[in-house]
Amino acid sequence: MNKISVIINREYMTRVRKKSFIIMTILAPVLMAALIVVPTLLMLNGDKDYKKIAVIEEGSDLFTNVIPDTKDTDYEYLPGVKYDDLIKVYDTAGYYGILWISPEVINTPNAIKLVSKKQPPIALLEHISGSLEKEIEKQKLLAYDIKDLDNILKDVKTNVSIQTIRIDDSGQQKNTSTGISMALAYIGGFLMYMLVFMFGSMVMRGVIEEKTSRVVEVIVSSVKPVQLMMGKIIGIALVGLTQFLIWVVLTMGIVAVVQGTILKDKGINEIAQTIPQNIMEENQATMSAAQTEEMSADLQEFAKLFDNAMNQDWVLIILSFIFYFITGYLLYASIFAAIGSAVDNETETQQFMLPVTIPIILALMVAMGTMQNPESSVAFWFSIIPFTSPIVMMARIPFGVPFWQLALSMFLMVVTFIGCVWMAAKVYRTGILMYGKKTSWKEMWKWLRYSG
Amino acid sequence: MSLFEAKNITKQFGSFTALDNVSISVPEQCIYGLLGPNGAGKTTLIRIINQITGPDSGELFMNGRKLVPEDVQVIGYLPEERGLYKKMKVGEQALYFARLKGLSKTEAMRRLKYWFKKLDIVDWWGKKVEELSKGMQQKVQFITTVLHEPKLIIFDEPFTGFDPVNANIIKNEILFLRERGATIIFSTHNMGSVEELCDNITLINKAKTILEGSVNDIRRQWAASEYELIFTGEVKFEGNGQFKVLNNQFENDRSTVRIRTEKDMAANDILKTALKAGEIISFNPALPSMNEIFIRVVESRN
Repeated sequence: MNKISVIINREYMTRVRKKSFIIMTILAPVLMAALIVVPTLLMLNGDKDYKKIAVIEEGSDLFTNVIPDTKDTDYEYLPGVKYDDLIKVYDTAGYYGILWISPEVINTPNAIKLVSKKQPPIALLEHISGSLEKEIEKQKLLAYDIKDLDNILKDVKTNVSIQTIRIDDSGQQKNTSTGISMALAYIGGFLMYMLVFMFGSMVMRGVIEEKTSRVVEVIVSSVKPVQLMMGKIIGIALVGLTQFLIWVVLTMGIVAVVQGTILKDKGINEIAQTIPQNIMEENQATMSAAQTEEMSADLQEFAKLFDNAMNQDWVLIILSFIFYFITGYLLYASIFAAIGSAVDNETETQQFMLPVTIPIILALMVAMGTMQNPESSVAFWFSIIPFTSPIVMMARIPFGVPFWQLALSMFLMVVTFIGCVWMAAKVYRTGILMYGKKTSWKEMWKWLRYSG
Repeated sequence: MSLFEAKNITKQFGSFTALDNVSISVPEQCIYGLLGPNGAGKTTLIRIINQITGPDSGELFMNGRKLVPEDVQVIGYLPEERGLYKKMKVGEQALYFARLKGLSKTEAMRRLKYWFKKLDIVDWWGKKVEELSKGMQQKVQFITTVLHEPKLIIFDEPFTGFDPVNANIIKNEILFLRERGATIIFSTHNMGSVEELCDNITLINKAKTILEGSVNDIRRQWAASEYELIFTGEVKFEGNGQFKVLNNQFENDRSTVRIRTEKDMAANDILKTALKAGEIISFNPALPSMNEIFIRVVESRN
């Protein structure tokens, strides 16, 4: 036991003191924080790459100022300008394109053209068509000559939002949000994938390094190969946890600092407004008239969302994450260690890596699908089968998983990782002392059955 | 009294037999040569002694009792294929290996200082291994092998990579260790160093022991039928039915002739023939070098 701790200590210290580790540990949160902060800043300060679109109607003025300007696009109405004249000069005049609306548009809704040099983005088209549709509908309604139309319309306008409530077995009710569950599922599944893969392959590289530099022969004359393997796996797991914790703390710190200083003058309202829009992919750009009204609605929405987020079973999520990280990492790291022991250099790992990466990639794909339908039988099976369960189960938990499924999945996980470590140790023991021979799967199978 | 004994060791890898009923017995404070061509099974035997792998059958004894896992603390092993962590500092690394052998940190530091001074590599303590020459690395490895003062030390080709000066330093250190009570198993292809250092040897070929005993006995045994004659001037000296001329070299106005007798033949009879050939300066029974014995034994077996 004492010798394992000496090995763990070396594996941990040599990695933690490496320049690349220190740089990565400091730089990654800066990058991650940038990922969160920069889009927010961009959204608040407006897109500098803004477009001007010339709008012409020939022979009518039905749509003057109907299309509202957005953050990055201005719509200019040019009454009396002829399309044929403008088409020659719009580019030099600084227009992105020409929106041409035919007077026939009320009857033939596709009599609209957007002429531009570049393919216009989909959001732009949706914005234009949405605004025009509304206006045309309004015009058509007006044609019926209904009294007090404006008030009727206001009265008719309805916003449906479904409140989701989860009831647990004890009958307790909780407000929840599908958006939050999806975000958590995504983060949980993806983070699990990243950590298992990154640190698993770190184990493999470590084993290959020891084998190619022939250090291993000296070490196994002092300690058992299993001790060396476990020492390495545990040491690197600690490196992973250290890095992860520093990342969490630093990212939170940076985000807090940036929001506290740079965004302070913008006011919490605007930030609150942008966040739900991102997550929920809510209503398109808001009408300028209704903007103030909707802002407070957004704020309420945000408060509700925050409330819903707090209603998630965080203890379960965090404990499950730690459990699945440890067991999933041990499972894959031991396989990676066995592969590392069987090859002479890193390029030879290819043939063994493929069958190991397939379940991980598959799990990630299923996890992404799980967010759409967490109860599907694919999601169920992949969250039970040990090789994919860490990733898929993390994607399912935010949506609620029956206890027996979680228990079964965890039980199978423990059994499998013990089996995997045991088999990997047998392959490793033989593999690290084999040189110069190209190893095949058959060969590894044979090593499994060698005695002491 | 034997410090270490291996009895009837057999080891197979699948259908390949690496060791077939091999036994060795290493007396205390002796330097024991483990010889054999490449792939004979030496490394497997050494790994079994180190308990890196276990034998399929056979028994191992240390100090007359069965070998136990804790015995790795009293064994030092310098493998032929040896390496160090390239990115790690020399001192830290030496300390790491010492601690893996069970030494406490302070004790390991004390001994490391002594050895680094003795082998004159103190200045390299804080350097990374990749900055060291191969000879330097070998010295570090030598230190880590002997640092925990093992009773049984196994050196697998300890002199490769050393220049003659440093090889001599290491040789003296090995003799010094023996002096202080260590028993040494020495595996090598360098027969010169076997003659110089080894008391006893075992020669393994194709998984089997084909020769064993003390170096002096073996050389004498194989010498019985070989003689060396030196004549003045160039002589023509041909073999007859009773002996064979192995070599006839003319150099510096002298001819050195080496013969091997077919049967037991009295020296007088050889001399009678030789007298006719020319003027004899000397006549000696030739002790064959270990190199010759090695080649002859292995070739006769193949």
